[in-house]
Amino acid sequence: MSAETEGRVYNVGGQDWDEVVAAADEAGDRPGEERLVVNMGPQHPSTHGVLRLILTLDGETVTELRPVIGYLHTGIEKNMEFRTWTQGVTFCTRMDYLSPLFNETAYCLAVERLLGIEAEIPRRATVLRVLMMELNRISSHMMAIGTFGMELGATTVFLYGLREREKVLDLFELISGLRMNHAYIRPGGVSQDLPPGALERLREFLGVMPAQIGELRALLDANPVYLRRTRNVAYLDLAGCMSLGITGPVLRSTGLPWDLRKSQPYCGYETYEFSVPTQDTCDAFGRYLVRMDEMEESLKIIEQCVDRLAAKRPPHDPVMIDDAKIGWPAQLAVGADGLGNSPAHIAKIMGQSMEALIHHFKLVTEGFRVPAGQTYAAVESPRGELGCHAVSDGGTRPHRVHFRDPSFTNLQSVSAMTEGGMIADVIVAVASIDPVMGGVDR
Amino acid sequence: MTGENLPDRAVQAGQAVQAGQERLAEQVARTGMFGTGTTGDTSGYGGLRVRRAPVPSSPRPYGSYFDEVADRLAEGLERAGTTIAEAVERVIVDRGELTMHVRREHLVTVAKVLRDSPTLAFELCLGVSGVHYPWETGGELHAVYPLLSITHNRRIRLEVAAPDADPRVPTLVGVYPTCDWHERETWDFFGLIFDGHPALTRIEMPDDWKGHPQRKDYPLGGIPVEYRGAHVPPPEERRSYT
Repeated sequence: MSAETEGRVYNVGGQDWDEVVAAADEAGDRPGEERLVVNMGPQHPSTHGVLRLILTLDGETVTELRPVIGYLHTGIEKNMEFRTWTQGVTFCTRMDYLSPLFNETAYCLAVERLLGIEAEIPRRATVLRVLMMELNRISSHMMAIGTFGMELGATTVFLYGLREREKVLDLFELISGLRMNHAYIRPGGVSQDLPPGALERLREFLGVMPAQIGELRALLDANPVYLRRTRNVAYLDLAGCMSLGITGPVLRSTGLPWDLRKSQPYCGYETYEFSVPTQDTCDAFGRYLVRMDEMEESLKIIEQCVDRLAAKRPPHDPVMIDDAKIGWPAQLAVGADGLGNSPAHIAKIMGQSMEALIHHFKLVTEGFRVPAGQTYAAVESPRGELGCHAVSDGGTRPHRVHFRDPSFTNLQSVSAMTEGGMIADVIVAVASIDPVMGGVDR
Repeated sequence: MTGENLPDRAVQAGQAVQAGQERLAEQVARTGMFGTGTTGDTSGYGGLRVRRAPVPSSPRPYGSYFDEVADRLAEGLERAGTTIAEAVERVIVDRGELTMHVRREHLVTVAKVLRDSPTLAFELCLGVSGVHYPWETGGELHAVYPLLSITHNRRIRLEVAAPDADPRVPTLVGVYPTCDWHERETWDFFGLIFDGHPALTRIEMPDDWKGHPQRKDYPLGGIPVEYRGAHVPPPEERRSYT
């Protein structure tokens, strides 16, 4: 490294700080300035995973902040190009691991648009998708607020947040079979219908949840320490959000009620009654309030979903598309060794229907072909606009799938939020963006 | 019916032959039916050739709000000193979405007009997605920019192509600062150089990584997995049904 471009370089070998300081004084580099470059992360409890922040400090003031990402890159987009379109769901569900059902929905909506089968998705499957997404929004926001609290030193908030999240995960386990990484939503519908007793459990959840959210509110809404730490901190106004491409609660904390569920509805969101909460403070506290309000709105949507699912069912009410050339054979049942194909389905394909056997074989080994073309499908994830850009070349595997993950885009704004502020506010800024590194790095 | 009104069969036949020859000259997308290149396929489907049809520009009217976007863009580009015919290579309306293939030298102008013109007002760029089309000679690498207008609640998509031999596209960071990380990601994964980007460095892969992993000529890699005596080859070496 030459002295012309980088300034003078000091090699620090340990135990020689005095010599370095003396040499710096002698050279007269930037007199009167005490600049300290600190690496925060990649392994740091308050960076939400493996995020590295390179901070340039002047005393306790951050003069420059550079986020470094890529520590959790797993090549999910590349891997999906080597699997069938249906297998892609098992990969993309692992990206943003706190909102797996949104990843699945964005991907499935893109595949369904490429196939041109959007209108044929069964009504019940769409309601189940909305139900699962809204449950997921609650679990994700609970995690966001819980870790937010912990990073500010409020461990009770963390315990409460994770306790409530556990209730949602239990419901996920009951409905999809898995607590995380569900691969529940598939191109053409969902993998299985509600199990017996699920509606009662959902109603029970709806009964206790408002009080639990109230408990969190009682801890935080007027907590003087929390207010001092979050009010007017990590400020980013509407113009900043627009130029940096920020969406989700951060954008709604600037007063703009932009929510794709309202403005560009998908999965039938236009038929549900809910409102889009906003704040106009542009700060970390506003984002917290938006998330709390959103959980309450999600409960309203879940209640409407449960009512629809509990209504009298028509005789033919599938959860997977009727087209046997697309619908993955998903008649699953719990067997002795876990979840698998139901005995009735096996009896049908092996003993009764030659066509069903052919479809099963072709779909499982080869998959279905998707007409060539490209599309972009977006959903409102807990963190903002989650988009899926899918390109098909007419084959049984995606030519390219790209996810526009909101965490990736929103994390760019952390420099704008923190530079010129105190180092302690960096933690608040990162937590208020709520990035999930699995989604950032994919 | 008079003789003049009948079709000229010789001309028709000639056109059909020419169309057939043109079709045969098109690139082959895939061969065979079941992906059995290694075993003796006696079904006759092994000789099947599926050709890649050219993608023509969509004709007017495009439908929906797309015509208005195209008209306003044409007006804006004229004010900016160019024309839509020069800047936009082709317009494709597919599955209810509008894609404008922009010539790379006009990308920044087009993006500026789309952002600044109040009748267009595409305030939000949703990033960059690279796509590698190895068969598109002279334009293998594409960068796709989904744009969103919150004012008018509209979406469109810009697409630019660059040849593999000269993988350069002007940066959009000056128009949409959000493209900063997205362009770095596209450079990292596809080797597409965004001219004028403030710091075009790798973002997901390590700094000293060789190659651009999302390109089609870059292997996936992987090792065979042994499970209860059976060996499962890495995904790349498994039988494929493309």
